[in-house]
Amino acid sequence: MAHIDKSKIRNFCIVAHIDHGKSTLADRIIEKTGLLTSREMQAQVLDNMDLERERGITIKAQSVRTVYKAKDGEEYIFNLIDTPGHVDFNYEVSRSLAACDGAILVVDAAQGIEAQTLANVYLALDHNLDVFPVINKIDLPSAEPDRVKEEIEDVIGIEAHDAPLISAKNGLGIEDVLEAIVAKIPAPGGSDDNPLQALIFDSIYDSYKGVIIFCRIMEGTVRKGTKIKMMATGATADVVEAGYFGAGQFIPCEELSAGMVGYLTASIKNVKDTAVGDTVTDADRPCKDPLPGYKKVNSMVYCGMYPADGAKYPDLRDALEKLQLNDASLNYEPETSVALGFGYRCGFLGLLHLEIIQERLEREYNLDLVTTAPSVIYKVHKNNGDVIELTNPTNLPDPSEIEYMEEPIVSAEIMVTTEYIGSIMELCQERRGVYLGMEYMEATRATLRYELPLNEIIYDFFDALKSRSKGYASFDYSIKGYSRSDLVKLDILINREEVDALSFIVHKDTSYERGRKMCEKLKDEIPRQLFEIPIQAAVGSKVIARETVKAMRKDVLAKCYGGDITRKKKLLEKQKEGKKRMRQVGNVEIPQKAFMSVLKLDSD
Amino acid sequence: MEEKKGCREQRQLSIYVHIPFCRQKCYYCDFLSARVQEQTKKDYLIKLKEEIRCAADKYQDEIADTVFFGGGTPTLLQAEELSDLLYLIKTSFHVTENAEITIEANPGTISREKLNHLRQAGFNRLSIGLQSTNDRELKELGRIHTYDEFVEGYHAARTAGFDNVNVDVMSALPGQTSDSYCDTLMKVLALHPEHISAYSLIIEEGTLFWDRYGDNAKVLEKYPALPTEEEERKMYQMTDTILEKAGYHRYEISNYALKDKECKHNNGYWERKNYIGLGLGASSLYENTRWKNTDTMEAYLTLATEQFVCDKTVLKKEEQMEEFMFLGLRLTQGVSMEKFQTEFGRTIQEVYPGIVEKYIGNGLLNVQNERILLSKKGIDVSNLVMSEFLF
Repeated sequence: MAHIDKSKIRNFCIVAHIDHGKSTLADRIIEKTGLLTSREMQAQVLDNMDLERERGITIKAQSVRTVYKAKDGEEYIFNLIDTPGHVDFNYEVSRSLAACDGAILVVDAAQGIEAQTLANVYLALDHNLDVFPVINKIDLPSAEPDRVKEEIEDVIGIEAHDAPLISAKNGLGIEDVLEAIVAKIPAPGGSDDNPLQALIFDSIYDSYKGVIIFCRIMEGTVRKGTKIKMMATGATADVVEAGYFGAGQFIPCEELSAGMVGYLTASIKNVKDTAVGDTVTDADRPCKDPLPGYKKVNSMVYCGMYPADGAKYPDLRDALEKLQLNDASLNYEPETSVALGFGYRCGFLGLLHLEIIQERLEREYNLDLVTTAPSVIYKVHKNNGDVIELTNPTNLPDPSEIEYMEEPIVSAEIMVTTEYIGSIMELCQERRGVYLGMEYMEATRATLRYELPLNEIIYDFFDALKSRSKGYASFDYSIKGYSRSDLVKLDILINREEVDALSFIVHKDTSYERGRKMCEKLKDEIPRQLFEIPIQAAVGSKVIARETVKAMRKDVLAKCYGGDITRKKKLLEKQKEGKKRMRQVGNVEIPQKAFMSVLKLDSD
Repeated sequence: MEEKKGCREQRQLSIYVHIPFCRQKCYYCDFLSARVQEQTKKDYLIKLKEEIRCAADKYQDEIADTVFFGGGTPTLLQAEELSDLLYLIKTSFHVTENAEITIEANPGTISREKLNHLRQAGFNRLSIGLQSTNDRELKELGRIHTYDEFVEGYHAARTAGFDNVNVDVMSALPGQTSDSYCDTLMKVLALHPEHISAYSLIIEEGTLFWDRYGDNAKVLEKYPALPTEEEERKMYQMTDTILEKAGYHRYEISNYALKDKECKHNNGYWERKNYIGLGLGASSLYENTRWKNTDTMEAYLTLATEQFVCDKTVLKKEEQMEEFMFLGLRLTQGVSMEKFQTEFGRTIQEVYPGIVEKYIGNGLLNVQNERILLSKKGIDVSNLVMSEFLF
């Protein structure tokens, strides 16, 4: 392969608020640079997980390399790394940014700057990336490109007067974007002759090739046969294949040198050897220092995940191991529940992340899961001075041993049109929010700043926000720290037996309400059984709510006509099937979905 | 393999004949039956006779000891047409002298002359679909008759010489109260039928009642409400108490009879005796093979008799055992452990370890004289128990 002139490489990503058209722009760039013809284009090339296409969001960072013949007559290599937009996936964004030299900021011409626009653009600036804006959706009747340009300059403080005005959907103005990439994104630095120094920004597992490392080469060169070493884990391996990313495929090449983005395979079977954020170097000629890597992300939300069929426990372990490779922000450790058996306590970045992982486990790994109520990490200060980080409510020590507890607090920024300020403030109030202030961005839009307990927003805050603002509010948050709070453990007793998987931590003032809702929900979910089943919510030894599932008194198919028994048999089979999906707790059978119903407590 | 060892003493056969016609579809009915043109009836009878002849050829070694004409409303046909059919069956199959020959009747379709004629032709058991003695409730069900018409028909049947009569009643009807249901039971008992079938209304999909009362029904005030759960329970318990007191014994979940007046034909279904179904959509079980006739009238009328059989299944050992259990448990005498072992070479406890014990433990099953049977409480939740015997 001919030597590649580094000055003709552009490594960049696209950042935007969710729905502002990031993936569509990525598609257009790929299409216009001729890597794919229009006919080959499947909508949203980069979102290649089924789940991403269905939800219309990007979850995993994806990369692709294209070649662009610019107006100056030169051919440029574009390495485009698509990034997720949702606040839960900041970590993924951060990983992708570290592999880039610049970023395109996409802003919706009608909606203007939103909470995540800011969050993502600051993230990019933090990584010392050169950012240039693009105004998308200019074909919308409500588009106000000039206003949005002004907003970008005022709020973010980057130049926007010459921002390309485009419609990614209709392919309008894409040329301008391509030229801007050439002009405004800097070429990578580094030297091919230095010792190898490459950043792992992602990896996937392939059953034939083993682990495939996605990396950005900062210094040096790597080729087939190079003996590489992961600096953090110390693992070594011989490179079997090096290459770059075509659209949805891997294209092998001879070598990857400084400034390039590509992949390596080295018959690595153990997924734990290749930590994302680690530095790859040449084992025989190592570089001095590892790259800074990423700030380790901390899981914010925890929940228990159990296989519906206890025998599938090893499958769940394998699936989590493989998913973690692909998603380093996921962490897990084994736990046992009296009600649910063997499973894992998993940590996530947020509730959406939790849902995505759950769906991926179910779809991609064909697992049937039972998930317990999500919890944040509480700090429990004991009388003896010990501090416990509590991720599973069941492990809360006896109240007599606790001096006080702390819960995580977030700083939240909510952007909303003025007409909904009242209802949004009300919502924050209900969720124990502390009002910090409000700034008007323009006459009709304002940013509300609140401090909110994380455990109040992990359930359905986002949905509530959207429904109370008719979809006009956007939201971003960052962890501020811990604060002392009057928290209690709410236990659920079914037929007078405590069900560990249903316990959760709640603020004392909302415990009554939560307990009542929980009992009501469970009453609907638990089918009648041969005896009456009391469902109680209790704090300590005090019962604060109660519902009763009446005893089943009749379950008879009276008529069975003309010797046609097939229908009766079908009915009995259905009954038998339903029974399989039950968990036996004491002598009560609880359907698996009852354990998850607590997730949706506030939906009605 | 111990094939067929002691399976049966003599080769018995039950014959079911389906007449899929009615004057008007009852609102709760999901059976295979409809209003049709006179011509369709004529065509149907021709085809049915052809099927009877065809079947009779195959079962020449069998002795038919029960014949059952069900529907629909068999008595919607002319007396001559019905006696023709029975005559054909009697002359082509080997029907025993004392066979139980039942015909179902709707009170709105039985004249004195017709009943006389039917009795003369050899029908010796009459099953009358009364459902309720309350005319308002009858109307609400879409029945075509009144209580008075039923009483008239009942006496006519007695006069005609029917000394084995069943009356169907139903509980949990729209607008029904435990008082009105009690009234129905008392009025029926006053007539001293030999047999009473007491069903609790089930709202089936595909019926008018499903639209009115089913899971997705819109609430419309103009229809009388279904009884509350408490009221419904009261009716259910009342059935058992009142009928048992009057000397009827419950021999099956929904069936009560005076001594020796149990319906032999229906018992055959629960004991998995051989039976063949003739006519549209009729089901058959013969030597552990089940099949069903087509339920499309056009197919029935046009296809050759061998061609309209559907869903033919040779039952595997497991399926036979399942059926043995869940069908047998419908009878209050339960299932014979000894018979199970003779038929399958293993004991019930071996095949279903722990299950019988579990349900004896919680009082839903009993063991008496080598038989396993549902307790009274077990009958109420029989589906729960029966489903445990599926694999």
